Amino acid sequence: MIYSVVGYYALILGLISGSILIYFSIQNFRNSEILDAKILSLSFLQLLFVVISFFGLILSFVVSDFSNETVFNNSHTTKPLFYKITGTWGNHEGSLLLWLLVLTLFIFIFLLRTNNQSIKYKTLTTIFQQIIIVGFFIFLLKTSNPFNYLFPIPEEGLGLNPILQDPALAIHPPILYLGYVGSSIIFSSALAATTLKMVSGSWATHIKKWTLVSWIFLTLGILLGSIWAYYELGWGGFWFWDPVENVSLMPWLALTTLLHCILVLEKKLILTSWVIILSIATFTLSMCGTFLVRSGILNSVHTFANDPERGLFILIFLFVLIFMSLFIFFFFHKEDQNNSINLFWLSKESAIILNNWFMMYFLSVVLIGTVYPIFLDVISSEKISVGPPFYHKLIVPFLIPFLIAMAIGPQLKWIKSNLDSKKILIFLLLVSILISYLVVKNFNKNLLVNTILISSAFYLFFITVRDFFTKKFKNVYQNIAHFGFSLLILSILFNNLLSSEVITNLKVGESYENSKIKIILEDINQTEEKNYNSVVANFKIISSNGKINKMSPELRIYNQPSIVTSEADIKTSLMKDKFIVINLVQNQEYFNVRYQDKPFMLWIWLSVLLFSMGGILSFFKKKI
Amino acid sequence: MKNLKIFLIILLIIPNLSFADNQLERNKITKNLRCLICQGQSVYDSDSDFANSMKILVDKKLEEGLSENEIYDFFKEKYGEWILYDPGLNKNTYILWLLPLLIFLLGGAIIMKKLRFKN
Amino acid sequence: MKDKLIPSIIIISFIIIFLIFYKGLQETNIYIPKSEIKKDIPIFSSVKFDSNENINSSEIFNSNKFYLLNIWASWCVPCRQEHTYLMRLSENNKVTLIGLNYKDNFNNAQNFLMKLGNPYEVIFLDEDGTISIEWGAYGVPETFLIHKNKIVAKYIGPLNEKLINEINSIVK
Repeated sequence: MIYSVVGYYALILGLISGSILIYFSIQNFRNSEILDAKILSLSFLQLLFVVISFFGLILSFVVSDFSNETVFNNSHTTKPLFYKITGTWGNHEGSLLLWLLVLTLFIFIFLLRTNNQSIKYKTLTTIFQQIIIVGFFIFLLKTSNPFNYLFPIPEEGLGLNPILQDPALAIHPPILYLGYVGSSIIFSSALAATTLKMVSGSWATHIKKWTLVSWIFLTLGILLGSIWAYYELGWGGFWFWDPVENVSLMPWLALTTLLHCILVLEKKLILTSWVIILSIATFTLSMCGTFLVRSGILNSVHTFANDPERGLFILIFLFVLIFMSLFIFFFFHKEDQNNSINLFWLSKESAIILNNWFMMYFLSVVLIGTVYPIFLDVISSEKISVGPPFYHKLIVPFLIPFLIAMAIGPQLKWIKSNLDSKKILIFLLLVSILISYLVVKNFNKNLLVNTILISSAFYLFFITVRDFFTKKFKNVYQNIAHFGFSLLILSILFNNLLSSEVITNLKVGESYENSKIKIILEDINQTEEKNYNSVVANFKIISSNGKINKMSPELRIYNQPSIVTSEADIKTSLMKDKFIVINLVQNQEYFNVRYQDKPFMLWIWLSVLLFSMGGILSFFKKKI
Repeated sequence: MKNLKIFLIILLIIPNLSFADNQLERNKITKNLRCLICQGQSVYDSDSDFANSMKILVDKKLEEGLSENEIYDFFKEKYGEWILYDPGLNKNTYILWLLPLLIFLLGGAIIMKKLRFKN
Repeated sequence: MKDKLIPSIIIISFIIIFLIFYKGLQETNIYIPKSEIKKDIPIFSSVKFDSNENINSSEIFNSNKFYLLNIWASWCVPCRQEHTYLMRLSENNKVTLIGLNYKDNFNNAQNFLMKLGNPYEVIFLDEDGTISIEWGAYGVPETFLIHKNKIVAKYIGPLNEKLINEINSIVK
């Protein structure tokens, strides 16, 4: 009770301090050249209020205070403490509070750490950021108050959806939001820099750190979500091209493009408009994602509670931000009159522009694929689904030149260069083609397509490996990232090519056998846990080489809310995952058993970690 | 370069030996069917009653000798275009399929117009 | 003129996007399938519920009468709710009720009918759920009204007072 009240009033105080901040900043922007100390302290105060509010909600969850509507809807006394805490951000209201926390945290750090930029710029960035913050405060208080009071106080809560009770998913939202919301700083400061006409190399260097931070968190957030989907959601898939996943991929693509583009801007005063557009797009896409997911305008595996009023608010808010940015961009940004920019074909700039071109294409595929069904439905009432085949068909062919460009680009120098190592580059290409041909030949599946795809990935792989030796520590961050990417594509391709599965129905004591594998369902154990009943099926799996594995997938029958979930049993090893999952079949004594051999799964996760490592190292690198 | 071309030609000539195993075919088809009651999962990925029945029916249809496209048509007739994850190219989807490609071309045009490339 | 053109185009397209999203929000996002009205009913053969005798659907849906095909299962909770309405409807002799027992256990289904009554003239078994899919059904319960071998109306989910009245007025 008391925690909710404190939390609620802290929120209101946070909103008030936001409004005062805007007022002071505007005053400060007009009159003084000294950054008012008040702005920093107010910003700190605001952060403090949000932190208090956030802890208020966490404590309400911890003590299971069901007079709080959010707690009532998403918690239960039998839930383990860990999930009571993480349940705080597992729902719409709490997750928005987390957004606010990150928003206020970032602007505070921004003010604290930005020392070498003009005061006007810092003040203006604060104004734009506070516009976003105040918008979210109003959104939270008006449509999604996490501290609604319930009376009479219910005895028991409704519980958290069991598929969300999971360690990976517990830390996935905070990390993802750090990425989403981190881009708000890029958005605000790009608008500020545009207004003050100070988009330049030094601004690029300053904003690069923030871009890296958001990029790293977004990458890790997506990775965690993907790992969760792999073991919890389905049948061993890790990327479904589901709208919610696409929505996180879009800002990621924009951020990645921005990251490359900023490198050019650092060296040369070109592409200024493009950098501004990308900076605006990144946060706008994050917001757009929030709108799509929270408004219930599209259907998805992962849905939050839908409410049209919320959707309307975010929609209007989103477009206010868009039109504000458009206005600032068109009004303040004057492109250099010197319109033609001269570039040499063989230069790092050209390679990065090529990267941007492809990345924008990928982004447009994902964006159009995600929103097109909504548009078609509104315009013609026809309903269609856009799923994995669409994305694969449009993205995969373009991946081939993209990978090759990714390999050659870093070989080029700024401004002008000639490829001195042509021979070795062509030699490596031939080697890649040969190796992939020899590998793919054994599988008889789409020989040509797979060979070309795998050879381009191998090409990037070999060239980045070579660069580790020839370039030593020059650009090692970039090289790690590109190497990680080649590894990711290779792992996904081989995973796709080499996976095999068995789907069968088994009763206790029965077994399934084919030329490669024997699966025996030995027995089942039933146990009663705190908030669910568990059925564990014990399997013995004998592979063709005589190796025996014991695997125990589980069915959980949760009591609150009453939902049955299947917990897959996954044996991870360096080269492959063994994945087994069982399901109940309505009114039958047997289980539906699905067993999969999934090679290189671990490598998919590791390679994503690797390329985010590239980002992390680059973030901490010392200025030379 | 010449070697490369010859190599590629050789690759193209080598016949594409794809053999259709029923299980593979079934997986391919069910990955492309949307599980209508689970919202956002394919029949292949889902384990709901509906999806399991769909899987059995796809098997039956394959045994009857229906081709992949005939099976899609069958489900399209029953449940509408919505059930397919791979929307075919028709008047409803021209924009969907062509807009990204158009954007790609447009992007290329803008780059070529704005920037002067020299050798 | 030229430097105003591009901004105007961009702003107008964003306004259009806004309007589309706005309209999209107003509409329900629950998928309501186009009812397959006036479509020929699928022909199937299956086992009869209590006699193990194989029977073809064309033997049943043969006259110009109205038929009501109801997909049900004893484990399905909403089926229990709609059962009383089905019992009432079975008193109307202008419509023949046909049951399609969906993925059920025989004993449970028999108990279900013993307790709540049997409104059906014939019951088919749909052990693996494939017949329901042939009909274009989404799950249990689901009901089809059939006349002259065509589907006249389709009801997803349990029947209620209102729908029963609607059916009664159609078959009149």
